[in-house]
Amino acid sequence: MDIIVCMKWTPDTSEADLTVDKEGKDIRKDDLDFDMNDWDRFAIEEAVQLKEKVGGKVTAVAVAPEDAEGMLRECLARGADEAYQLWDDAFEGSDGYAVAAILAKFIKDRPHDLVLTGTLADDDCGGQIGGMVAAMLDIPGSTLVSKIQISDGKLTCHRELEGGLYESIEMDLPAVLSVATGLNEPRFVSVRAVRKVAALEIPTLELGDLGLEASAVGSDGSRIRIELMELPPEGEGAEIITGKAEEAAAKLAEILKEKGGIGS
Amino acid sequence: MTIQEPANVALAGIPAPGLAFVILVAALCLFAYIMNRRIDLLRKAMPDPRFDDIGERIRLALVYGFGQWKQPRYLVGGIIHILLFAGFMILSLRSLTLIGRGFSAEFNLPGLTGSVGMAYEVLKDYAVLMVLVVCIVAIIRRAVFKPARYAHAPGQGHEAEAYVILGMVSALMLTDMIYDGSHLAATGHTDAGLLPAATVASLFMAGSSPAALNALHIGGYWAHILIFFGFLNYLPMSKHFHVITAIPNVFFANVDKGRIKPVRHGVDEWMDLDECGITRFESFTWKHVLDFYSCADCGRCTDNCPANAVGRSLSPRMISIKARDYAYKYYPVFGTAPDPGDIKFVGDVITESEIWACTTCGACENECPILIEYIDKIVDMRRYLVDQGQVPQSLQKPMQAIKKKGNAYGGAKGKRAAWTKELDGIEVKELKAGDATDLLFFVDSCGSFDPRIQELSRSLARILAKSSTDFGILGQDETDSGNEIRRLGEEGLFEQLAQKNIAAFQDRQFKEIVAFDPHAFNAIKNDYPERFPIVHASQVIDRLIKAGRIRLSSDYLAGRVVTYHDPCYLGRHNQIYYEPRQVIQAVPGVRFRDMERSFDRSFCCSGGGVMLWYESEEEKERMGERRVRMAEQIGAQVIVTGCPFCLINLEDAVKTTGNEGKIEVIDLVELVDRSLV
Ligand code: SF4
Ligand code: SF4
Repeated sequence: MDIIVCMKWTPDTSEADLTVDKEGKDIRKDDLDFDMNDWDRFAIEEAVQLKEKVGGKVTAVAVAPEDAEGMLRECLARGADEAYQLWDDAFEGSDGYAVAAILAKFIKDRPHDLVLTGTLADDDCGGQIGGMVAAMLDIPGSTLVSKIQISDGKLTCHRELEGGLYESIEMDLPAVLSVATGLNEPRFVSVRAVRKVAALEIPTLELGDLGLEASAVGSDGSRIRIELMELPPEGEGAEIITGKAEEAAAKLAEILKEKGGIGS
Repeated sequence: MTIQEPANVALAGIPAPGLAFVILVAALCLFAYIMNRRIDLLRKAMPDPRFDDIGERIRLALVYGFGQWKQPRYLVGGIIHILLFAGFMILSLRSLTLIGRGFSAEFNLPGLTGSVGMAYEVLKDYAVLMVLVVCIVAIIRRAVFKPARYAHAPGQGHEAEAYVILGMVSALMLTDMIYDGSHLAATGHTDAGLLPAATVASLFMAGSSPAALNALHIGGYWAHILIFFGFLNYLPMSKHFHVITAIPNVFFANVDKGRIKPVRHGVDEWMDLDECGITRFESFTWKHVLDFYSCADCGRCTDNCPANAVGRSLSPRMISIKARDYAYKYYPVFGTAPDPGDIKFVGDVITESEIWACTTCGACENECPILIEYIDKIVDMRRYLVDQGQVPQSLQKPMQAIKKKGNAYGGAKGKRAAWTKELDGIEVKELKAGDATDLLFFVDSCGSFDPRIQELSRSLARILAKSSTDFGILGQDETDSGNEIRRLGEEGLFEQLAQKNIAAFQDRQFKEIVAFDPHAFNAIKNDYPERFPIVHASQVIDRLIKAGRIRLSSDYLAGRVVTYHDPCYLGRHNQIYYEPRQVIQAVPGVRFRDMERSFDRSFCCSGGGVMLWYESEEEKERMGERRVRMAEQIGAQVIVTGCPFCLINLEDAVKTTGNEGKIEVIDLVELVDRSLV
């Protein structure tokens, strides 16, 4: 079975002091550390585990600049058989739609039974890629997948719904699944594991290699235009509720209702 | 009345010397065969150069082997063992003598003739009686009083073997008594004062016919010989192999305290090896297999294991027992080895939860009477799991953070010195390459990024400033010490971290490094491939007080009862017990009390460094909670510790045990900082 996993290279914003750049359309990223999107970590793990069960080949792919090579190498260390970096200066400024177009072109040109990706990315939380790639390839897809089973060329997957409900879906292969975090326990990648795959080549495919037109990628190929990015205005200070526990709780509930925090 | 000696009586028509010869040769051949099979596994195992430092090794053998130094730590069991051991030492000569007496009735060992021989006869007779009594006591103790540490999970025990051995030893004593007693009865001499065992036996035979006494004398002799050789050959087949291997095991003990073994001895380019860690049983070093052979199943290690105490599935003793069972089963003395099939030693025999549960506190190793090691084995098993990518999720995040950012807290490298900003009026020098200072303060990740531990960094900075000590920090160029990374089995990352810090050290001039975190202290002192002079904060402070450069007042402690919690990596791993106590004692009028578990029996608070993130699903209580209760017992109002991770664990435990407001936990550097005059 040929499994292709789409990976994203995202900035780690958890411990950073964020600032908006000069144009006011993005955050400043030069001081940030980048890493594998956490959701995609589960996707690559699932792909490798499926391969270990049913055999086949795992290909990791990312639309990301040169610096992201470390992430793709980590995918190899995690058990992917090959990795591709898709990058061209023309890709700069691509939105989710354009990135999906690049990935779809890459996938279309090679054997694929299953395409996996994380449901969301840690940075912009767009959650678009899986669905768009499925549509562009004209194959079935699903999101927030929490379990995948494959037997006799049929795919069964579970989706986790609100309120602890599960939905079970059967579909034909090939398909695109966007996975939820927690569907497996991603393996640890040691320094030695990365070193073992140090000699493997990670080809970079550019616009021409993929057979794409410049107009289909970058900001020209994008459908979303960011007008302005701002840090949230500082709040006016917190209100400290005093008094006995019951009174304080009642007061808190009242405020939440009033401000729309909870339904009435 | 005279009595016939065994050597002069043919049995079933075979002259006694012939029979003695056949038994001796057969028994020794069997023994050689069994031992060779056992040693065969040692030869297959990994190398370990344990032939250095012979002087120290001889000392270990004398003190811990022949001297039985650790035994009295468990008083009753220890005394029983010392008596048995002494009896064995004395009676080994007796056994050789008796073997010789199968060949010649007059046989005595060279040197054991004449008056020396007489004296020895007396000594051995007392020994026989003593060993017999001790065996009976030991049997009763096991059967009736059942010390908890001997207990086994169902199906994993070797209880029966203990009785077989005690029974055999008793039988050896009894047959010797029959042999000697019948002689005494026949010749009519009795001397209860000089030959108590033989005399006791002879009393039972009083009035027996000469023929009966003759039969007892000869029967007792051959029975003794057969049991003796049976015993000898049974030892390497049982858990009592330690009777043979304990002294060698002590001789070959680890003399590098605090340091973790390399992935493979003699191989620097271990990354290129096919295997890493315990991929199969033979990946253990020969010394580790010898440890498995040697474990006496006494349970002292597990009795002191904090992980075991709070309900984690780890039991160091069971690691040895399960490993020996595995070795005996898959490397059998007789017959062909069964195929282990899918059973993996790491994962199935020793489970992952056992392996990750260890805090590397060293209590087990410290307690073991025969110096069996556990930490290196556990680290080697972890190395295998790490190599397979099987690391608990709770540990992965901090480990990855260290890999990517040089600290488990995910803090940016540029903020490593941010804690110095809040120091009023004190400039902390961030040393650039080429700079010089007297004391290089290694802050480590915890002191740089954990808000609670940053306070300790500031305390130490204030103490150093107050005493006009010239000091500086590495700032951005510092990275995590790697102590826990190494102990969690991620050797590749440890090497990278060590190299970074070593390069930073080498780029600067200093007289000494100081760390208040014993984990960092240990890694730099014992694990780093380059040596640097390093001291713990308690040692520096102790010196400053002695030199009169700082003085403490009693204002902060204000008469409260103080105890000191020995951190594992300061105490057991580096033998620093006294300096922290001396510092506390420097507070005028201090009311200091030690907990029952103190010094090298200190009880681990749950592990430091990355271990702080480890989540055990098995434990029923936190180790720190146990520790706080121990402090509560002696009425302590202040627990002083010398390790930031102990501080965090114990502070939490004070809250969860309902001791908030009653017991305060502070680090030694904080105590000194707050008590400065
Ligand atoms: S080092 Fe400590 S935690 Fe680990 S097995 Fe030994 S006693 Fe238990
Ligand atoms: S390892 Fe040592 S302390 Fe533990 S059971 Fe064996 S002999 Fe006893």
